Amino acid sequence: MDAALLIEKSVFVLILTAITLGMAAYMTYGERKIAAFFQDRIGPDRAGPFGVLQPLADAGKLFFKEELIPKNSERWMFILGPGLAMVTACITSAVIPWGDTLPIGDRLVSLQVADINIGVLYIVGIVSIGVYGIMIGGWASNNKYSLFGAIRASAQMISYELSMGLALIAVIMMSGTLSLKEIVEQQQGLNWNIWYQPLGFIIFFTCALAECNRAPFDMAECETELIGGYNVEYSSMKLGFYLFAEYINMFVSSALMATVYLGGYNFPGLDLIANPTLLAVAQIAVMFAKVIFFIFVFMWIRWTLPRFRYDQLMHLGWKGLIPLAIVNMLLTGAVMLFLA
Amino acid sequence: MEKLSNRSKLVVNKEMSFKERIYLPAILKGMSITLKHFFKPAATVKYPEQTRPMSSIYRGQHVLKRDEDGKERCTACGLCAVACPAEAITMVAAEREKGEEHLYREEKYASTYEINMLRCIFCGLCEEACPKQAIFLTDRIVDAEFGRAEFIYGKDKLVEPVDERVDISQRQIWSYNNENA
Repeated sequence: MDAALLIEKSVFVLILTAITLGMAAYMTYGERKIAAFFQDRIGPDRAGPFGVLQPLADAGKLFFKEELIPKNSERWMFILGPGLAMVTACITSAVIPWGDTLPIGDRLVSLQVADINIGVLYIVGIVSIGVYGIMIGGWASNNKYSLFGAIRASAQMISYELSMGLALIAVIMMSGTLSLKEIVEQQQGLNWNIWYQPLGFIIFFTCALAECNRAPFDMAECETELIGGYNVEYSSMKLGFYLFAEYINMFVSSALMATVYLGGYNFPGLDLIANPTLLAVAQIAVMFAKVIFFIFVFMWIRWTLPRFRYDQLMHLGWKGLIPLAIVNMLLTGAVMLFLA
Repeated sequence: MEKLSNRSKLVVNKEMSFKERIYLPAILKGMSITLKHFFKPAATVKYPEQTRPMSSIYRGQHVLKRDEDGKERCTACGLCAVACPAEAITMVAAEREKGEEHLYREEKYASTYEINMLRCIFCGLCEEACPKQAIFLTDRIVDAEFGRAEFIYGKDKLVEPVDERVDISQRQIWSYNNENA
């Protein structure tokens, strides 16, 4: 590995992390604004024009809040929880292709941190580690509500990971690769996977909501029943990390859905752009437009649907989505075998 | 039973149909409703900058009036305190001394006069009870405070300053019209 590649990758990772954190910060603002619009309000508008400095104010507030570690808690586990949640959330975006290549000088810089040939597996693996952040934090708090929240979260995530994986398998069967880059490249123009896998997409989307602990599946937090769930005992920036990790997860799962089902950085007409720099910029813009669209839908759903009851959630996961995903997988296989 | 509105729905505990069981049509319907609200103008009134239109005879913070010469009109008869349904008004009467004629209109006056703004329901009965036209409700809003004790307004806050009279003519016109209706 030459030094230039190392520098290139380091810079890209730094930029990507900064963008991810910035996106997460502004998603909190977007969430509040969108919620306000859905409820005929105007939302935060005091910090800066239209309230755009609100995330900074919120982060500043969280930083300067009193740091409280409960006496009965498992001290190091308590600190490890939010850290783990944050780290797993941040490293997921490593395999997502944000564009093809960007020419800088005579080098072609790949707009993907790592094009590993098991990209999909990597994401599924990291996402399941993400449960540990919530589980450890909730357990270490030594509080019955946070333990309830943590147990609910882990049970929910484990149940929904199954159907998520099964939905992904159908796509992988079609594309014949686990590399996200190749999956994207097979979806040139409007040849997106969503047209071939509409059922799989709906299953995956539902599971993504559940994996991100978003409403209507926000069982882990469940303000009305669990007064906040796994993060009851957390304060200051540790709480901030948990909330932030949730938004980063949402960002990454939106990116994953855009990549796997909506053609990633592909859009009809992009091949007409001859200038490679312009093409790369357009690809990034298309990708981000799709991601932001998904984030909007996430928030739209959150401010529309009421929370599921826990038994309904499990019912939907085990008796609804998993059989559906298996049927979807078998159908995909049958169509590939007999029609292709 | 008579129906109160035509929006009520008969609840039947039947098996859900396939369309209902897959939830998606209902979810899409709900999402279309929220999307409609997304583009509706906000109902918010940005309070300190904008205010809602207020009636000219709004019943807000009280004022203890002075007469044309700047003498306090209140004679501490206590009728307002009797009339008050919330028992928010207390006062202590005192006799006017020599040399205080320019301060109080009659021989008796209220040395302390307190209204508990947390108890007050702003009904305006004190104003109706007052035989001396000394107390009126105004269109001023009672401020927010940090402690309960600060809501007990004494004469320092209630009596209008000599050089800064509070206009209550609208309420006087209104009560005149009411009495002669």
